[in-house]
Amino acid sequence: MAQTFSRPAKNGAMMQRHNGMLLNRFSQGFFILLGLFVVYVLGRAFLQNPKVFVEQVLNGLQLGFIYALIALGYTMIYGIVKLINFAHGDVFMVGAFTSFYAVATLQLHRWPTWLFPGVSEGLMILIGTVTVILTAMLFSATLAVVIERFAYKPLRSKPRIAALITAIGVSFFVEYFGALPFAFTNNYITYPRPFEVNVYSGEMISPLLVVGAWVLFVISLLLSGWFTWTSRHGNVQAQTWKRHPLLQFGLLFFGFMAVVLTLTGVKIETGGKVWDLSVSNVMLIIMGASILLQTLLQYVVSHTRIGKAMRAAAYDKAVARLMGINVDGVITATFALGGGLAGAAGVLYATAFKQVHHLMGIIPGLKAFVAAVVGGIGSIPGAFVGSLIMGQTEVLAAGFISTPMRDAVAFSLLIVVLLVWPQGIFGEPPAEKV
Amino acid sequence: MLRRMRKSTVYFIAGGLIIFVVIQLLLSLGILNNYWRGIIFWGAAISMVALGLNLIYGFNGQFSLGQYGFYAIGAYASADITYRWVHSDPSGIVVVLFGSLLTLGLYVAVTAFLRRFYGVTVMARFTFYILATILAFAIAVAGLVPLLGPAVNSILQVLPAAISRQIVFFVALLGGACLAGIASFLFGIPVLELGSDYFGIATLGFTIIVKVLLDNTDTILPFPEMKGARGMIGIPQWTTWPWVFASLLLVILVMRNVLHSSVGRAIVSVREDERAAELVGIDAATTKVLAFVLGSVFAGLAGGIRAHDLAFLHPQSFNFIQSFNPLIIVVFGGLSSMTGTIITGFFWIFLLEGLLRLYLPEGFETWRLVVYPLVLLVMMLLRPEGLFGRYEIPFLRRVLPPLPTKTVEIQEEAV
Amino acid sequence: MNGRPEGIAPEIEARPVVLEMDNVTHFFGSLRAVFDFDLTLRHGELVGLIGPNGAGKTTVFNLITGVYRATQGDIRYKGAGLVGLPSHEIIQMGIARTFQNIRLFSNLTVLDNVRIAYHPHSGYGLVDSVLHTKRFRAKEAEMAEQAQEFLEIFGLGERRNDIAGSLPYGLQRRLEIARALAAYPRLLLLDEPAAGMNPQEIDELMDLIHFIRDRFDLTILLVEHRMRLVMNICEWITVMDFGEIIARGFPADVRKDPHVVEAYLGRQAVEIR
Repeated sequence: MAQTFSRPAKNGAMMQRHNGMLLNRFSQGFFILLGLFVVYVLGRAFLQNPKVFVEQVLNGLQLGFIYALIALGYTMIYGIVKLINFAHGDVFMVGAFTSFYAVATLQLHRWPTWLFPGVSEGLMILIGTVTVILTAMLFSATLAVVIERFAYKPLRSKPRIAALITAIGVSFFVEYFGALPFAFTNNYITYPRPFEVNVYSGEMISPLLVVGAWVLFVISLLLSGWFTWTSRHGNVQAQTWKRHPLLQFGLLFFGFMAVVLTLTGVKIETGGKVWDLSVSNVMLIIMGASILLQTLLQYVVSHTRIGKAMRAAAYDKAVARLMGINVDGVITATFALGGGLAGAAGVLYATAFKQVHHLMGIIPGLKAFVAAVVGGIGSIPGAFVGSLIMGQTEVLAAGFISTPMRDAVAFSLLIVVLLVWPQGIFGEPPAEKV
Repeated sequence: MLRRMRKSTVYFIAGGLIIFVVIQLLLSLGILNNYWRGIIFWGAAISMVALGLNLIYGFNGQFSLGQYGFYAIGAYASADITYRWVHSDPSGIVVVLFGSLLTLGLYVAVTAFLRRFYGVTVMARFTFYILATILAFAIAVAGLVPLLGPAVNSILQVLPAAISRQIVFFVALLGGACLAGIASFLFGIPVLELGSDYFGIATLGFTIIVKVLLDNTDTILPFPEMKGARGMIGIPQWTTWPWVFASLLLVILVMRNVLHSSVGRAIVSVREDERAAELVGIDAATTKVLAFVLGSVFAGLAGGIRAHDLAFLHPQSFNFIQSFNPLIIVVFGGLSSMTGTIITGFFWIFLLEGLLRLYLPEGFETWRLVVYPLVLLVMMLLRPEGLFGRYEIPFLRRVLPPLPTKTVEIQEEAV
Repeated sequence: MNGRPEGIAPEIEARPVVLEMDNVTHFFGSLRAVFDFDLTLRHGELVGLIGPNGAGKTTVFNLITGVYRATQGDIRYKGAGLVGLPSHEIIQMGIARTFQNIRLFSNLTVLDNVRIAYHPHSGYGLVDSVLHTKRFRAKEAEMAEQAQEFLEIFGLGERRNDIAGSLPYGLQRRLEIARALAAYPRLLLLDEPAAGMNPQEIDELMDLIHFIRDRFDLTILLVEHRMRLVMNICEWITVMDFGEIIARGFPADVRKDPHVVEAYLGRQAVEIR
């Protein structure tokens, strides 16, 4: 009997093994070389034609700001219900179409002139555009909530895969229902922008504006630094101030504004090459709207009751429920917020690319999700940073490496980032209990 | 016990034979036209792809959306081999077959080499394997084609055309499956480390990357005969019912036998609790790669079958929207139910490509893709565990050894 | 010798060393979970590792079994370094463990739970399983037989076709030990085996631990909260608090050690005494 339990021979011998550090270094070197090659390609492109390069960077920035709005929805929804909401991209698409109908059919962007005929052109465009964006946000938020109520909520106690399949189903349904002839049709439709496109070149930007942006940025930076300093020395109040949404808005908005305006405002002529960039109002509006909405979201999440409930639910739904939080309500609110942001992104995307289509949500949606993962799922700054990285990667890859491979490069980025930071850049490691 | 197992095996063989003969008869008598033939073959191919995914997701717990990428690799690779052969160029056979063999040999060598070290990171492993792959295929392209090409050619020319054609087709299917396996191995090593949802997104990315590459086979990749986004034409239509049946049977048998072995139990244990599996001595990383590669090989094989039935390949049929199909089939059929997967696979194609395409009224063709997600939603709401749950036909069911007689006696005493 | 109390019988000290931990330190970020931990186990010993909640006991197990990689220090099993090896290789070298909160494969049958642990010793590969060769059948039969024997020992023989998650708690604990033993360990790490047991079950468990040690010729390291178990069966004890060793000795001495009393009951308790 005792014989039966003698160890099988196979694992008795232990092999003499060496430290694998050298192999790891070799592999690191290999990938660093690969990275250097990419840097070389980009650097050469920059030196050959800095103007085109910076233009591409600005395009990437614009794309990144749009992705950020979609990614925020993904990251919030995933953070709370742990569901890859494949239908989110379609909510984005519906937002774009809502604004299309609002502008093309209803002329909603001109409503101030119906009421107040004497209103000035600039004010009308501003109010009209904001109205269009708000309408799209409202529609998308409603759609997101409806989807959540009818498709996801009944499955909350069921296995996660059921909800995922449902998400795919909802996504297909919205896409192909949109393709029906009486809905959005399956054609590419030209999008009429709610405002005229103006392109500002260097001369048209007054130096005052540039200086002003820099000054405000520096003030925000100094304030932020001051609060950090004092909070580290025991001033609890300063910590709250540091996270104040106005300060964050100032930092982000004026920071980006200053850089973009400086890049375009400067005109240099060196050796026959002219550095003469221009910036369109579309770009500036996308940047401003995106940063504004993000800081608003940050405010909601960090300063309001519903935001606190969201964070609690994201951390642990069961415990949050025990603490008296209406988790279902929180989830609905999350979908509404995410849907609203996606709707706004839809308007901005359509404005930037001047086209709407019933499948337009798929690829931006996926890329925004990838961006959220890259930044660290569940983290709002992570979604922002991840999206900016995503936008740059995509545009630079398309511009200087290989145009057809832009999607491929964007997804390769995901794999590379996750291998270096398994939780994404800003993500927190899951607490694993063994 | 032994008798019962035999009985289920007998039933399985008998059932298989009946299905084979009946369909063969229906096809040869012309009762089923080419359209329905295509539906059946397609159903079989999809079932194989879905079985592969069931191994990866249902049994090993790795949520993958990359199955169509490997399906596409298998389809294009095998189509390229036969296409070249039809145009009297044996290089496809040589490169894919011998290149794969060489790669496998190098993988064995690299694995043995890496085993001599500890603390090797995933990226380092990946680097060595990818270098081995590049080396192997470089040798195959530069060295083996001029060396072995004429020899292969002359051997196959000596044989009767019908036989050499079957051999080439066999090699093409094998080659497609091998390439899919190699691709999944290289992709799986780093990416399987990421864990569930991230792995799912990365595999979705893989499908998209493959689709982009297929769109540019003639520009980025050096395969002008694949004609990029215009679609590859001129693939010989060699798939016959015996080939389809044999492939499906092979997939079922291999999967069943693996799952009913110790390896299969290791695969399932990783699904149940990866950390606990590691802490009872199971090499979770290798197990995951094994299941992933095996599942992808099935998909690659299915790709070869499908390509030589359709005789036309287009990147659009491998886009990522299609790549949800295997997932939906697996979940519909019931996770970790092979029976459910196979039946749902056929049913799926039958419904989506057969019934809905044929019997939707005039002008409602676009409704096909509206109806189908609705079916999906209703299905998920009513029966989220899938149509078949965990049901298996007896042949595929896990056989447990009988309780020893002693226990039975005790139970009798108690009664 | 490091990591052992004074006064152990010389015939035990003459046995070969099984596990050695030298100055092992582990940080989670900036949190010091284990600091300068020494432990040496000799063949056939049954040793306890105790301490209040959060003292770092389970972390020590995780360091040994490769769940975490020690920040500093050296862990050797029969002379071979363990730091940096993946968990499954460490287990295959002959170390097995159980878990504080039971981690069975709860959707699988009792028998499969044990057979999975047998997998590294299955003796056949993928090809055999695909082809169902003679070797496969022979090994599979052998494996079932062995697993059955393990289950019989733990009184689970009749329940082998039950789903593991459906077993009562006490049996799940036993099954976990059975599963650990199926990996053919030489060193068994038991993480709170008596958690949730009543005194009578603890008595049975003590008998069982003695039995398996003799039967399978094991060295056992035990993490436990229940003093009754530790004081009765452990030959000597190491006490941890805040990741550091605060006492080490025979059960009778440790019980009286003021540091231990303080760690468990608070400073005032010491003063009152």
